[in-house]
Amino acid sequence: MAERILMKGNEAIAEAAIRAGCRHFFGYPITPQTEVSAYLAKRMPKVGGCFLQAESEVAAINMVLGAAAAGVRVMTSSSSPGISLKSEGISYIIGSDLPCVILNIQRGGPGLGGIQPSQADYNQATKAPGHGDAHVMVFAPSTVQEMVTCIFDMFDLSEQYRVPAMLLGDGLLGQMMEPVEFPDVKVTPAEKPWASNGHQNKREHNVVNSLYLQPDQLEAKNIERFERYAQIQANETRAEAFETEDCDVLVVAYGASSRIARSAVMNARAQGLKVGLLRPITLWPFPQKELLEASKTAKDILVVEMSMGQMVDDVKLALECSKPVHFFGHTGGIIPTPAEVLEQLKTIAGGAAK
Amino acid sequence: MANRVTVNEQICKGCGLCTSVCPKKIMVINRDKLNAKGYNPATVIEIEKCIACAMCAIMCPDSAIKVEKE
Amino acid sequence: MTTVYEKSKMLTDAPMSYCPGCTHGIIHKLVAESISELGVEGRTVGVAPVGCSVMAYNFFACDMVQAPHGRAPAVATGLARALPEGVIFTYQGDGDLAAIGTAETVHAASRGENIVIIFVNNAIYGMTGGQMAPTTLPGQVTQTSPYGRDVKTAGYPIRICEMLATLDGTAYAERVSVNTVPNIRKAKKAIKKAFENQIAGRGFSIVEVLSTCPTNWGLTPVEALKWLEENMTPYYPLGVYKDITAEEGK
Repeated sequence: MAERILMKGNEAIAEAAIRAGCRHFFGYPITPQTEVSAYLAKRMPKVGGCFLQAESEVAAINMVLGAAAAGVRVMTSSSSPGISLKSEGISYIIGSDLPCVILNIQRGGPGLGGIQPSQADYNQATKAPGHGDAHVMVFAPSTVQEMVTCIFDMFDLSEQYRVPAMLLGDGLLGQMMEPVEFPDVKVTPAEKPWASNGHQNKREHNVVNSLYLQPDQLEAKNIERFERYAQIQANETRAEAFETEDCDVLVVAYGASSRIARSAVMNARAQGLKVGLLRPITLWPFPQKELLEASKTAKDILVVEMSMGQMVDDVKLALECSKPVHFFGHTGGIIPTPAEVLEQLKTIAGGAAK
Repeated sequence: MANRVTVNEQICKGCGLCTSVCPKKIMVINRDKLNAKGYNPATVIEIEKCIACAMCAIMCPDSAIKVEKE
Repeated sequence: MTTVYEKSKMLTDAPMSYCPGCTHGIIHKLVAESISELGVEGRTVGVAPVGCSVMAYNFFACDMVQAPHGRAPAVATGLARALPEGVIFTYQGDGDLAAIGTAETVHAASRGENIVIIFVNNAIYGMTGGQMAPTTLPGQVTQTSPYGRDVKTAGYPIRICEMLATLDGTAYAERVSVNTVPNIRKAKKAIKKAFENQIAGRGFSIVEVLSTCPTNWGLTPVEALKWLEENMTPYYPLGVYKDITAEEGK
């Protein structure tokens, strides 16, 4: 039986990366994710891997580009302002069709913001991780255990589809300590015949590149990439439905907010309110099908986020504005409480009952 | 038998760098010829004076010149 | 007949897209010949910059990676750490290396990354049409210094070799030129030495190559060679600025 250990979120992610075969990490300190670097600084050398604290988040993402181009499993980690710095590099990695794993342990923003948790980078992650028609797979686990199993999948899927994978966490998940079991799986990195790792005079020279000056070539590249995005949409979308079969009000929340929402939903049910929770696990692709299914009986939707409201727009879009969508949230680092969410549910359900 | 200098006239851009370094002054731009890109290519006159120093080829940015010694 | 000089096998068949008489082509040859002569083309990965040589990945016959502007030393670091047997080089212009990429350059040197940087310094931004570079000379007219570079408002040029030579991580820093055949021969020696350093695991090597930009200097290719000699070499003296092998020999 696998061992269960109590681990801090950031450190659990780091250990998961090692177990998933990652031997190259490039990072930079920034609160609230510095523990990822600190842990890997000690652990990587022990497994013969490379830990390098880069001179900036910009340099780190470009080191990721280089290592990914060479065909190895590579990860970087940062928080909100650092992710903004990585934008250019992420766009190049997407345009070069390279696999890699990126962690965003979100903090309050914009600007220097705060160091407490937030979910205010949702739009950045799902709509514009970098310039251009560009997407990364975005995963939003809600427990330390789920972050661990996610990391294994992220390395595999990112290599399978040649699309970067981002874990959109937050300071709460990064700092909390929960029991964790590491999956005992065989790790098989994909073959990478396209990698620039030295042709050994046995093949044509490879070029890892995102420049296509001929417009029809560049369009063809984008179209091909979107075909892969469609496959990801069809095969890799994930969400969890909780008590949604007969709900009148559906709460939609992800990550740390989903834990708060789940408590509120349980309390509401105990008080006779028919409410349910849909917890997106992939934010890109957005679980539209799962949302439509979960909201079948609902008359109102309540979106709970630690932001001024970003995913709420995707919920409205997915429902094609067919139902009233309410929003409740806190930002700046304030974490909503189950009691606050319950109040919202009572108000909405009360209104619906009239 | 003379040394041989082959200029790839389609690759040559007529930049003239080779003409400026030939110690025997036998590399010139052929103003009577245009290649497909619209450049006047370089050409060797009086090949018998060539000493196969290859300075022309060393200078050529486009690797358009091959020099062979007899 | 014996061949005295022919095109290097480390260059592809693709016609080079540089302007007529641009010295990029000469520097490409020296890099290609060095790699070929050392027999390491099979394990070499080069990093192309943003600038006139953005399409260097089309001209070198080794594996290549195209990097964001200025980030080549960081991309090279990722490659070098991922490929312990690799021979990794970057090829960068003055904007790429000395403006947007200064941090990446300094830190790769300071870490002593086992890479080769080929720094093409022509005192101007070529690709975007001739703007001022960090290496543009005082008084030099460019599109963004139309009255001549005024040091009071635009500051002074940066001497990269001198700067990087102060770092303990730098193993080898030499400035060369390709404006005459004797200089080209010396430049090749320096570039080959830089690759030899890397193969021997000696750490960070940079070869700064003074180059011409006939198009944006507004000169013919032959005039440009002379302009370089008269204007650039006094400000950027040729020579070795650091060489740990020389120090080891003592």
